[in-house]
Amino acid sequence: MRRFALIAIPYTWLLALFLVPFLIVFKISLSDIALAIPPYTPTMKDGFAALIQGLDFENFVFLTTDDLYYKAYLSSLQIALISTFLTLLVGYPMAYGMARAPQEWRATLMMLVILPFWTSFLIRVYAWIGILSNEGFLNQFLLWTGLISDPLTILNTNTAVYIGIVYTYLPFMILPIYAALDRMDDSLIEAAEDLGCSRLSAFWLVTVPLSKNGIIAGCFLVFIPALGEFVIPSLLGGSGTLMIGKILFEEFFNNRDWPVASAVAVILLLILIIPIVLFQRNQQKEAEA
Amino acid sequence: MNTSVFAPWNDPDEKPLIRFKNVTKRFGDFLAIDDLTQDIYAKEFFALLGPSGCGKTTMMRMLAGFETVTEGTIELAGKDIAAVPPNQRAVNMMFQSYALFPHLSVYDNIAFGLKRDKLPKDRIDARVAEMLKLTRLEKFARRKPHQISGGQRQRVALARSLAKGPKLLLLDEPLGALDKKLRQETQFELMDIQETTGTTFVIVTHDQEEAMTVASRVAVMDEGRIIQVATPDGIYETPNSVYVADFIGDVNIITGSAKAAGEDKYFVDWGVNQAPILATSERPFAEGQECHLAIRPEKISITKDKPDDAENAVQGKVLDIAYLGNLSTYHVQLPGGQVIKAQTANTRRLSRRGITWEDPVWIRWNATAGVLLEK
Repeated sequence: MRRFALIAIPYTWLLALFLVPFLIVFKISLSDIALAIPPYTPTMKDGFAALIQGLDFENFVFLTTDDLYYKAYLSSLQIALISTFLTLLVGYPMAYGMARAPQEWRATLMMLVILPFWTSFLIRVYAWIGILSNEGFLNQFLLWTGLISDPLTILNTNTAVYIGIVYTYLPFMILPIYAALDRMDDSLIEAAEDLGCSRLSAFWLVTVPLSKNGIIAGCFLVFIPALGEFVIPSLLGGSGTLMIGKILFEEFFNNRDWPVASAVAVILLLILIIPIVLFQRNQQKEAEA
Repeated sequence: MNTSVFAPWNDPDEKPLIRFKNVTKRFGDFLAIDDLTQDIYAKEFFALLGPSGCGKTTMMRMLAGFETVTEGTIELAGKDIAAVPPNQRAVNMMFQSYALFPHLSVYDNIAFGLKRDKLPKDRIDARVAEMLKLTRLEKFARRKPHQISGGQRQRVALARSLAKGPKLLLLDEPLGALDKKLRQETQFELMDIQETTGTTFVIVTHDQEEAMTVASRVAVMDEGRIIQVATPDGIYETPNSVYVADFIGDVNIITGSAKAAGEDKYFVDWGVNQAPILATSERPFAEGQECHLAIRPEKISITKDKPDDAENAVQGKVLDIAYLGNLSTYHVQLPGGQVIKAQTANTRRLSRRGITWEDPVWIRWNATAGVLLEK
């Protein structure tokens, strides 16, 4: 009985804060748009039978008729994948450097990684506008050094979105990799060298495989939120940046089409379930190992 | 016995495999190795023994190539190895933590070094099979390191470090993580494997029993210097200093002043109202020179009655008895307050023991029983 009470807490939490909201969103995605408050029909006011009868998959069918949506999904996947990869490229050396740093520095370095979280995410993304715009710090600096003669157009392109995502999600990549590297016994590298590895091959044959779980965890922690990212593409991206988060926002607020917006969200969730399940498999395998 | 014939260190024509020449190692201000010169010969089982921080691990890590030499040279088979990185030395190391690769199976751990040499697959297979057989691990080839016991992990580490057939194998506290019984068994296994493979072993340990059991020669170290190098019996029976005598096993040290008493014989004046002790020594002592007599407890016998014909006999009182099962150690307090340990084998049942606490007893030993030391 006590055991049941104990597991009931997280299950209630999940039920109240995930399953119930999801069911509501799912129900709205099966409804029709209406000029009403709330802006869809049918609602509970129509009675249960009418409610069930009024639901259909129209909105999902609609999503397949306009290629904007599937292009947005694909483009989101592409942007999320590329930026996850870039975050890994930037984050791994940082995590490696942290794990190799003298013990007394590590707390400080960790602090520096987490420090950006103390400022509002929105303000930090806005700050990048000041850096990346045509008259921004970066262009001014490059013009001053004479490396370029005309300002680079970075803001309002996908490049700016990559920069924004890499910058924002970097700590999520660094921390799990750092945790994996920190646990590693230094004598393993010495053993690899002793058995004939060069520094570089010891890194590929020992360090990388042993930080694999950290890499996987970090990649999912970046990929999953990046896929549905809205703030970064709308602030830093241009009209050419197509991301599903932006579409969702427009459907919901500009078109006030809650049912289509909900359908977009449900599909996004279904897409995310695949990496989430893979992620959990990975965690489980690690626990079994 | 093998050890009686195997003594390359006494053969002036023998070329040492490893040669430390005036090696000094500093870490910042800390002097880890102090102007150390030592030869180690092929097929030796050489033990570096000392308390923690004495520099024994540093010596080993310099051999493996993980530490550079500050001054002096280390030669391996006649060549200075200072510039050779660890991955190109014909030296392999068995780590104290074993450092098994957790993501690789036992087989792949052992094959790791062979694969780096780009050997053909069938040769790798054959060599790994040979190593698995040597260490009796055939059944565990497919397991991961965390799926086997501590003793098996230890054998995997040994197999892995031996797989490449190194000229020299370094063992850093190889048995430290095992419990006592397993450790004793493994010591004999190590000796067997060393003999079978003919590899030179250098072992670092702080466990003197382990060093004595496995090694052909033991080097006792302290503060970056080797105090004495000798065979295990040499170290035990004829230590060259109080430090070595005290470090290896149990010992009684009696300090006094030397007085000549014939050829190679000295009287040791060691206390007022005490008869001087007669001791033999090949090492000469000046008249009145301070000296330390080191006697092992098992060389002192204990009786209730005054012995008639003993070279040295002193009366005292039993202060304590340490019963170890097979042995008993009596702590005998002399009138001057000094406590001498005497050890006897318990050949009779405990109930028959004639001596108990507070009993007045006599302890006796021969002139040849102890070693007379300068310092």
